[in-house]
Amino acid sequence: MSGLRELRTSKWANPLLAGTVILAAALFPFFVGPLDSIMDDSILVLAYVVMALGLNLVVGFAGLLDLGFVAFYAFGLLVTGWWASDHFSDVNSKASSPGIHVGVGEFPQSLAGIHFNFLLLVIGAILICAIAGAIIGLPTLRLRGDYIAIVTLAFGEIIGRVAQNGDELTPFANNKLTNGRQSISPIDQIDLPFLEEFDQATNLRPYFWTVLALALVVLFVNFRLRDSRLGRAWIALREDEVAAASMGVPLVRTKLLAYATGGAFGGISGAFLGPYLQSVNANQFQFGFSIFILAMVILGGLGSIWGVVLGAVLVAAMNVFVIPDVLDGGAVRSVLDSLGLDFTFSQVSFGVFGFILVLMMVLRPQGLIPERRRKLEFAEVTGTDETLYEARA
Amino acid sequence: MSDGNGAPPALLATDHVVKAFGGLVAVNDVSFSVPQRSIVSIIGPNGAGKTTFFNMLTGLYKPTLGTISFADKDITGMRPDKITALGVARTFQNIRLFPTMSAVENVMVGQHARMRAGIFGSVLRTPRVRKEERAVREKAREALLYVGLRESELDQVAANLSYGDQRRLEIARALASDPALLLLDEPTAGMNPNESARLTEFMDRLRSERDLTILLIEHDMKVVMGVSERITVLDHGEKIAEGDPVEIRADERVVEAYLGKRGDD
Repeated sequence: MSGLRELRTSKWANPLLAGTVILAAALFPFFVGPLDSIMDDSILVLAYVVMALGLNLVVGFAGLLDLGFVAFYAFGLLVTGWWASDHFSDVNSKASSPGIHVGVGEFPQSLAGIHFNFLLLVIGAILICAIAGAIIGLPTLRLRGDYIAIVTLAFGEIIGRVAQNGDELTPFANNKLTNGRQSISPIDQIDLPFLEEFDQATNLRPYFWTVLALALVVLFVNFRLRDSRLGRAWIALREDEVAAASMGVPLVRTKLLAYATGGAFGGISGAFLGPYLQSVNANQFQFGFSIFILAMVILGGLGSIWGVVLGAVLVAAMNVFVIPDVLDGGAVRSVLDSLGLDFTFSQVSFGVFGFILVLMMVLRPQGLIPERRRKLEFAEVTGTDETLYEARA
Repeated sequence: MSDGNGAPPALLATDHVVKAFGGLVAVNDVSFSVPQRSIVSIIGPNGAGKTTFFNMLTGLYKPTLGTISFADKDITGMRPDKITALGVARTFQNIRLFPTMSAVENVMVGQHARMRAGIFGSVLRTPRVRKEERAVREKAREALLYVGLRESELDQVAANLSYGDQRRLEIARALASDPALLLLDEPTAGMNPNESARLTEFMDRLRSERDLTILLIEHDMKVVMGVSERITVLDHGEKIAEGDPVEIRADERVVEAYLGKRGDD
């Protein structure tokens, strides 16, 4: 007992705990079948963790309420649709081996269209989403609070609509921009250097390790940024924009960096989900997705990195496991049937999430693992004044 | 701009500055200058346009007309962060700290313009970034001790500090950007006479030890008369008087602005 207590107070406690958790996560696939449904669920959960960490950077750190995060998911997925499938099938089609191939295995080599290695896709998604983030940021620079939410919401909707009608748009010769509500499919399997090409039909483990690695990298970047010059500038911006500007924080640059970095994380997640879901279509880009991710951030605790990880795990697990498998199966189902209720919880999943959020707001508004700072904000009235609007007329 | 007294060169000068909000002229045609290493006060009744004037000097407002120059550089309408980088720092009338950040973190934000770490350097935490972080943190602690916070308060969250300490923290944060000119907006508001006297002393010390030029808005006449070499009086957005404390005390229009016209009934 005393040994344990000693361990808990030592400076190694946190790294040790984190290391154990990571090791357990990395070894976990060996204890379940390669195609077990819990593998599928965990992969999705981790992809959502990456997404939520990105949104947390924008909403939690910099305090810019972003309701259009689905745009970055869309761009990430579309990057894989464009550059890792036969979508642009008439590119270079007259050549002896039609299409463009960079760093891909034998099977994609034989396909038409553009096929890039997964690492290139990730880099492409990061770049495109960072640029898109900066573009969505520009019109919001003069706005504050709720108005930012409205503009970002519109941005998300615009991207969704463009994707939906993309089958009518042919900006490059005869190539459709997207497939609209039809899927772009199949997407190339992930093919990492020095490893065999993944195949999710036979083994999900490589996908799990890939997304785990992505999540760890994004987590690491989050921590590093939080404790940096930029991270402090973001938090200062959130607390008092006028004071931050007067202390030498360039507002435009700092805000755009928040949007760009947050967006890039969303793009990484999207670039992973493309090959994993094997489908890219406009039905995936709904407004509800933005709210879904925002719910993870709020449930876990705005601005708290571990809180957001937990929030993402819980909300995503609700979505991929609890609602379809627990609430809609077995005992609960038969109770509902006996009452003559014939709806399924999957149909009202957003109602379930809404209910959870309302519960949270009543019981624990600061989130499950609140950020040190936020905890304080809820604990007592802080010295923030409400005259933010006085300057910058 | 020179006031013709053979004073040292002006660090800050405004030339016929006007600020209008729609039809309301908040600051009207104010020209004035702050000589190097001086302590200058702006006084005036409530609503005289003092804070608006400050906000123009620090870039929060763009002047409608006129020019502002700092160290012989035109800074009219420049972004606040750029003006800070040039060497102008300020405090606010109603304290504007980052309430959930610790005292040290607040001051570290104040050094933003003097730091170079970029996004990639911060993620990789290169030796240069690491060194900079350590230096900035150390400097922040020093600045806080310099303005009179206790060691035990340095890592406390700003919102939990006492009112006087919050005021001191705000000054430390402003000093952290290594300014040449410090703008203090009613620094003694809410302080008792004892604390005000200490602050007056502190301003003198700042000038001599840090080579600072100080411009302050102040209502406490004891502080104003005790510390300033020159005083500018604003009323209804216009400059109605300017001079040393003795002159201002005797000025008919100043007395009128504060107390009303003599002989009116």
